[in-house]
Amino acid sequence: MSAINPNVQTATRHGAYSIEHAPDATLVVHLSGEWHLRRDLPSADEVARELASRPAPRRVTFDATALGRWDSGLVAFLTQIHELCHRRGISEDRSGLPAGVRRLLDLAEAVPEKQGARGSVRRPGLFTRVGEAVIRHGENAADGLAFVGDLTLAIGRLIGRAARFRYVDLAQNIQDCGPSAVGIVTLISFLVGVILAFMGAVQLQQFGASIYVADLVAIGMLREMGAMMTAIIMSGRTGAAFAAQIGTMKVTQEIDALTTMGISPFQFLVLPRLIALVLMMPLLCLYSDLMGIMGGAFVGVTMLNLSLPNYLRETIAAVTLTYLAIGVVKATVYGALIAIAGCMEGFRCGSSSSAVGDAATRAVVRSIVMVVVACGIFAFITNILNI
Amino acid sequence: MTDGYTNGQPPAEGEPHIVVRNLTMAYGSFVLMRDLNFTVRRGDIFIIMGGSGCGKSTLLRHLIGLKEPATGEIFYGNFNFTRASLAERERLLRRFGVLYQGGALWSSMTLAENIGLPLSQFTDLTPAQIREIASLKLAFVGLKGFEDYYPSQISGGMQKRAGLARAIALDPEVLFFDEPSAGLDPVSSRLLDDLILELRASLGATIVVVTHELASIFTIGNNSVFLDAETRTMAAAGDPKELREKSTNPHVHQFLTRGEPIMESSGNA
Repeated sequence: MSAINPNVQTATRHGAYSIEHAPDATLVVHLSGEWHLRRDLPSADEVARELASRPAPRRVTFDATALGRWDSGLVAFLTQIHELCHRRGISEDRSGLPAGVRRLLDLAEAVPEKQGARGSVRRPGLFTRVGEAVIRHGENAADGLAFVGDLTLAIGRLIGRAARFRYVDLAQNIQDCGPSAVGIVTLISFLVGVILAFMGAVQLQQFGASIYVADLVAIGMLREMGAMMTAIIMSGRTGAAFAAQIGTMKVTQEIDALTTMGISPFQFLVLPRLIALVLMMPLLCLYSDLMGIMGGAFVGVTMLNLSLPNYLRETIAAVTLTYLAIGVVKATVYGALIAIAGCMEGFRCGSSSSAVGDAATRAVVRSIVMVVVACGIFAFITNILNI
Repeated sequence: MTDGYTNGQPPAEGEPHIVVRNLTMAYGSFVLMRDLNFTVRRGDIFIIMGGSGCGKSTLLRHLIGLKEPATGEIFYGNFNFTRASLAERERLLRRFGVLYQGGALWSSMTLAENIGLPLSQFTDLTPAQIREIASLKLAFVGLKGFEDYYPSQISGGMQKRAGLARAIALDPEVLFFDEPSAGLDPVSSRLLDDLILELRASLGATIVVVTHELASIFTIGNNSVFLDAETRTMAAAGDPKELREKSTNPHVHQFLTRGEPIMESSGNA
């Protein structure tokens, strides 16, 4: 057998066995060669067949005189034989085995298999899984409501000046949510302005009305895109960070430590984050509006042959305070939603390192969904109010 | 309900301090332990012991209000902790100190800020005084000079000691330790035991320790409860040294005497 396999040195023989029927209905298993996990191990099928044959043997003995070196591969093989014998009530005589093998077998059999340990990992049926999913969704909804309730209480405490958090944390969060995000907001908003301008230019040029690109970009950025793009950037950047920070604190029991100190983790961790994001989002949104208009102007001046003063004059004429206010209000609401989603997923985080990653992912997905839904509601409201 | 505990003094030395009645702990419908009844007297060093995964840490989480009992009640003195309002609980919790398994220091704060946070939240001390007290508590645990280190900059054993410094920041009446010697070398673990005895003597605190280190159990414990994973209830309560001599429960006896040595595993010939 080993001669066939080119990977094995010809000097050592593979593990193998042969079976001999001895008198007294005894089955003798002759073990030979080297039994190693890293080499091929023979299967126990042949032994199983012999044990199942008629007339059934009453006893199994082993002969290890030709056995070379061995490791737990041999023990696993013998355990299989043991289970077969055990099931059929055939007795085993292990005296022919090396002492080390006998000790390992004894060790493996020292603690009987725990009843029911296998059953619990069986895949549950369809109904069970559907039911569990329903219960899980119900619990999620309840968690969400509880979170909003806790948040309301914490805000009440804040207004009553009884909330406990560190102003250092607030300052740190403002730094993280505001100034640190300016770079990415600049890039994305400028490009969105460019894209809006191109989109408009294709149609408007046909009517020789290229100058209206300025109106399109300004109104589009102010009313919708400034707030929306900032929200999407911040949910990926800050919402995920909130979830990961709080989730990690949960894994390392830092949240428990706050609770048992008598410090509400809710006030201590959520309020500074919420306040920081709600304060910074409108500012970022205004900045994003400006950058978008500059992107539009760039396209207008370089591609559409508009003069910069004309473009800006048209922009100023198109912009109203109402548009600006709509965008800023939206940004504030989006900021609150992102902070809530991020913190909530952080608090719901499980207790492993992969759970922290899941929490961050869920925070981003949830906040983007909430932002888009809120955007739809805003569109509806502004339509009713005719603004 | 009389509120003798939250506003007044803790019970006198030797009086019942923590009383657990008919406590059942469960995760959803899975019952972890049932019918726990025991009393911790003021000044005890009380050991919660048992094999791995039997619910020792979960019992601790019940005692400090991080998990709610499925049934049963927990009293501190005559104060019903289980039925208390959130505000009452918070007030009581400020008189506890907890050392978590990994230290659970707040990673965004330096050691001095970690210890200073409870002081700044619940006392009227000036920042300079708080800093002074934080240094003192760090000195107690042998970490003088580490005030401005962040938890990630010090070793695991040091984090644990810093966690202890934070736990004793407000001179608590009850101190809880979750596996204090886990992850410590024998010498550090012995030093921690000495520190626990010292705290007990100087603060007069009641101390509850979750552990399965036999050396610690016999050195520091004078009262205990043994949780049996197989029967899912407590198998014994009392002084661990007496339990070792007298307990007739085979699981308790086996645990406290380290059972029979398991047969040595062998390599191949």
